[in-house]
Amino acid sequence: MTDNKTAGTAQSFIQVAKENMRNYSMFIMLVVIVVGFSILTGGININPRNFTNIFIQNSYILVLAVGMVLVIIVGNIDLSVGSVAAFTGAISAILYNTGLGIVLTVLLTIVAGLVIGAFQGYWIAYEKIPAFIVTLAGMLLFRGLTYIITNVTPITPKTDVFKKMSSGTISFDFLKIDNLHILPIILGLFLVLILIFFSISDRKKKIKNNFHLIPVTYFILELVFVSAIIMILCVQFARYRGLPIVFVILGVTVAIFTFITQNTIFGRYIYAVGGNSRSAKLSGINSERIIFFVHTIMGGLCGLSGVVFTAYMNSALPKAGELFELEAIAACFIGGASASGGIGTIMGAIMGGLIMGVINNGMSLMNVGANWQYVVKALVLLMAVWYDIYTRKKAGMV
Amino acid sequence: MFYSKKTGNNIVSEYILEVQDLTKIFPGVKALSNVNFKVRKGEIHCLCGENGAGKSTLMNVVSGVYPYGSYEGKVFFHGEETKYKSVKDSENDNLAIIHQELSLSPYLSIYENIFLGHMKTRYGIINWRQLIMDSRPFLEKVGLKENPETIVSKMGVGKQQLVEIARALSKKVELLILDEPTSSLNDRESEQLLQLIIGLKQAGITCIMISHKLNEVLEIADSITILRDGESISSFDVKKDKVTESMIIQKMVGRDLTHRFPDKKHKVSEEVVMEVRDWSVYHPEYPDYAVVKNASFKLKRGEILAFCGLMGAGRTELMMSIFGRAYGSKCSGQIFVDGKEMDFHSPKDAIECGLGYVSEDRKDLGLILLQDVKNNISNSSLKKISKYGVVNKDREIIEAEKYRKELNIKTPSIDQLVKNLSGGNQQKVVLSRCLMADPSIFIVDEPTRGIDVGAKYEIYCILNDLVSLGKSVIMISSEMPEAIGMADRIYVMNEGLIKGELSREEMSEGKIMTMALQRIQEK
Repeated sequence: MTDNKTAGTAQSFIQVAKENMRNYSMFIMLVVIVVGFSILTGGININPRNFTNIFIQNSYILVLAVGMVLVIIVGNIDLSVGSVAAFTGAISAILYNTGLGIVLTVLLTIVAGLVIGAFQGYWIAYEKIPAFIVTLAGMLLFRGLTYIITNVTPITPKTDVFKKMSSGTISFDFLKIDNLHILPIILGLFLVLILIFFSISDRKKKIKNNFHLIPVTYFILELVFVSAIIMILCVQFARYRGLPIVFVILGVTVAIFTFITQNTIFGRYIYAVGGNSRSAKLSGINSERIIFFVHTIMGGLCGLSGVVFTAYMNSALPKAGELFELEAIAACFIGGASASGGIGTIMGAIMGGLIMGVINNGMSLMNVGANWQYVVKALVLLMAVWYDIYTRKKAGMV
Repeated sequence: MFYSKKTGNNIVSEYILEVQDLTKIFPGVKALSNVNFKVRKGEIHCLCGENGAGKSTLMNVVSGVYPYGSYEGKVFFHGEETKYKSVKDSENDNLAIIHQELSLSPYLSIYENIFLGHMKTRYGIINWRQLIMDSRPFLEKVGLKENPETIVSKMGVGKQQLVEIARALSKKVELLILDEPTSSLNDRESEQLLQLIIGLKQAGITCIMISHKLNEVLEIADSITILRDGESISSFDVKKDKVTESMIIQKMVGRDLTHRFPDKKHKVSEEVVMEVRDWSVYHPEYPDYAVVKNASFKLKRGEILAFCGLMGAGRTELMMSIFGRAYGSKCSGQIFVDGKEMDFHSPKDAIECGLGYVSEDRKDLGLILLQDVKNNISNSSLKKISKYGVVNKDREIIEAEKYRKELNIKTPSIDQLVKNLSGGNQQKVVLSRCLMADPSIFIVDEPTRGIDVGAKYEIYCILNDLVSLGKSVIMISSEMPEAIGMADRIYVMNEGLIKGELSREEMSEGKIMTMALQRIQEK
């Protein structure tokens, strides 16, 4: 939770870089894996088409990982997310086929997810049944209910509009030069400008208040680095079919929840309850309510994930969402969350999800069978968490 | 025959256990310094001393809980220096320790607990029937009339204690150490246990008993050693020296009092800010057992009020239950704040009503060790520095820096994780959190436990500053000089009851100790 921007005045560039190394280690790992596969596949994995596909193929897991990391920070686990996503996905298809508009369908599905989350959250927070057990029951319950409402047959949305939620892109013909979609690039530049503006005004405020500052060189380098990543993403999207709708959904979700965890009272309380629930309680935090809301949010995000997955498959499948929970949990732990609670970030979980996604995708491109994909992913999970524990021990954080 | 080789004297050692110049240092605290302690073969030796005097630490060194090398000085058992790496080693030497918190496996039966860790097997297979039979003589020895197959958690604490002793006996113990064995027993059970210890002595087993109950000590002890502030003060032979309770108390408390506390110039007003009437609290797991019984007290504006008593007297339980029912299965009674009756359902209610609580257990109940200094400081008062639920991080830094300077928290930066701070500085972080929430009634539970003298003085100054601002402080303290040096009034608790009130003129360590130790007369 340490804010990078207040690391201390007297520190040298290298010191600051070293201190923040841990924060970037997952990102560096991701880059290494992307580069590794681009060598192995002769660059296919980073061509614009595949690049866009990686996001589309993993979006529903990443949405779940955002909620899962909150659950893990608060010290719990949610095994039901796959079943709940399947159930809500089926609900969305049924609702949509009754003739409701796409926006209303999505909203109602998220509300259904929230209700399911609140139901599970009630048992966990107020009746004090371990989350593991409640969500294990939820996993069975909502799988069963999915079979019941779908009648164990796939439900296909009536029109192709639904499908756009996943594979569609935002692009306008008048913003197209040759084969380049300009919109993502314009948006990217806009984002970078906002980022630079806020970073500088933040730094100015810090100077005015006489706070600790990171060295100017480091500050600039970090800005350049983050801007470059945004632009690489946007250019890649521009070169294929424009900005994927699912990326927008994911980006907005990540932005909202990053803001909540880092800047709001609620976010602080999540970390406080997860870090030491008894101490949090004595600090006047209503820890039951925090736990309840976290599980409710998880339910809502299951709803969103269900919609995205139904769109991706263009069909609500009775067996949808199997093993999603484990992928989402693995993403969180690869991304540095602690199984004992109190530690974890949204960005970390996204990095963890992407690492697994890139590996999946890369191995598929290399025609490695699913069997071996499991083996490799298992090793990555084990190694990533081992590395995390190792560095934490070295930094005296355990 | 054991000859003490190391000391070079070729005489049979009359001492089964000898401790020479033992010093044990915990980070920031010297728990034992140059302790000397000798136990004769076949005697009952009692260890007395205030809370924190180092009794349990000493016994933990002797029994190998703190391994060889983690302390300075020498321990001799049967005249040979011990170099225990773990409790297992001391057990092999026929030395057993029974801790204050029982270490039975609650869901196993009596006989399983007795033989846990040293079950007789044949080809790795346990003969359960044989074990049950084998357990019977030990149960007889300790006078426990229970079916060996009874599950331990279904029996009372007194009987569980007997199982612990039976377990020690089953391992052919020569030296048995009991750490406050009667602290959770009623009178009848205590008497039974004391008789058992006397019986063990007659069977040739040497016993060391730590106890606060001086009547019990005088009843059974052959020798008494008194520890104070980690030093061995004196040893008595009970019969030869004609020891009395007051002799022990005097040795336990006598100490230099100069310049350890800032001057108190409190202007206590007559206005009562909080009153508690007939407050009773029941144990969280045994709802029939009242931990605090009908406590009533008043707190005045601008006053430091101290609660003294021994560990387990119910002080923390009383305060935590007042602070939004943070302890206990149920509580009854009335709380008035500024004359209005209050009903706190959670610590949140209490905080909103202007109460603040600083726990004695910094690590488990006070801090969030994984978080940095500034988050720990702001956790109770995020609402103050937020708008629409969004935390103003700049203000958070400003506030945290303010407290860092005011309370002189020694940390490289407010981004440091609190777990890397020393005990005294951690305590200042907890105090800062409480201060930032700006309560008018501070409850501080053992505010200076485990921190060094310099930091203690600073914390005393902070408390004095608070009352000079018209706030009120309730301080739980097990250190009597601290209570006398700081408080305007003292309540003494003993076995869940408020035994008495002492004004500033009446305070003395002798009076407090007498009230805290007196056995409650059976009704």
